Amino acid sequence: MKFGVVVFPGSNCDSDAYHVIKDVIGVDCEYVWHETRDLSDFQALVLPGGFSYGDYLRCGALARFSPVMDSVYRFVDEGKLVIGICNGFQILLEAGLLPGAMLSNNVLEFRCQWVDLRVENTKTPFTCLYEPGEVIRVPIAHHEGNYYAEPEVLEELERTGRVVLRYVDASGNPTAEANPNGAAHNIAGIINEKGNVFGLMPHPERCSESILGSRDGRRVFLSMIKSLETGALLS
Amino acid sequence: MKFKGTVTVWLKEGIFDPQGAAVKGSLEAMGFKEVEKVRIGKNIVISLDAENALEAKDLLEQMARKLLANPVTEAYRVHVEEEKAGAER
Repeated sequence: MKFGVVVFPGSNCDSDAYHVIKDVIGVDCEYVWHETRDLSDFQALVLPGGFSYGDYLRCGALARFSPVMDSVYRFVDEGKLVIGICNGFQILLEAGLLPGAMLSNNVLEFRCQWVDLRVENTKTPFTCLYEPGEVIRVPIAHHEGNYYAEPEVLEELERTGRVVLRYVDASGNPTAEANPNGAAHNIAGIINEKGNVFGLMPHPERCSESILGSRDGRRVFLSMIKSLETGALLS
Repeated sequence: MKFKGTVTVWLKEGIFDPQGAAVKGSLEAMGFKEVEKVRIGKNIVISLDAENALEAKDLLEQMARKLLANPVTEAYRVHVEEEKAGAER
């Protein structure tokens, strides 16, 4: 089993993701330069956080036309796993692999802080090792994390269990105060219809070791590995 | 023929614009009590070569649809004018 971490010009969480997968968990992992077109070695891809293409025009808008993205579409069609973290999530939205778009935070701040998240759906290849409704602590760091989608899209996401992570308070309630950026329905992470593309604003790769204050993010990667090993929850 | 296209992109009506809201607050604080609303967008100016103005506009529309604006959150308008040789940009 091999993970690939896509590196766009301006990606800056690529080595964090690589470190967690390769050194902390111990699964084979390789960097994938954004001009690469051959993804046949990989079973899972990480689109990491950062500022691809300087966030110019709109976050993720230019990365979406990188040469590697043609192959990412095929990768997704083949049912392999893709996780987009922060800027990676923004790229997946711009690419149309997930519905909706990101707006600037509704506060006049870049938000860099710990948040509490409720795991809303554990029947996904990215969250199968969490307990339903479990509240986890994960850091965020973004200026454009205000998830937006048309009302009918939001309704469908809710109805089909595709809202995977939600910002909540310490007791697990999705209050307005617990929402760090104004995201619709306190949405922090969503999955595609097929269940093999996951986008989230929080950074699980930054909380996968005790020394970093939380290990709550590690099970995202362990869930992916388990799904790939067992074939469970894969389409 | 050389053309100068201007693609204006702004957030759709009803979508909160924190930049516009912040500028509105400052304008009010400066004493411009008349201000009712501020929305901030962007102008993307593109020089291009095309057979005629119609083709230039069509190309710019394609660019706007595919890249320059995000159809989920943004609206856009395309304006084309002929670029005079040697004119300063």
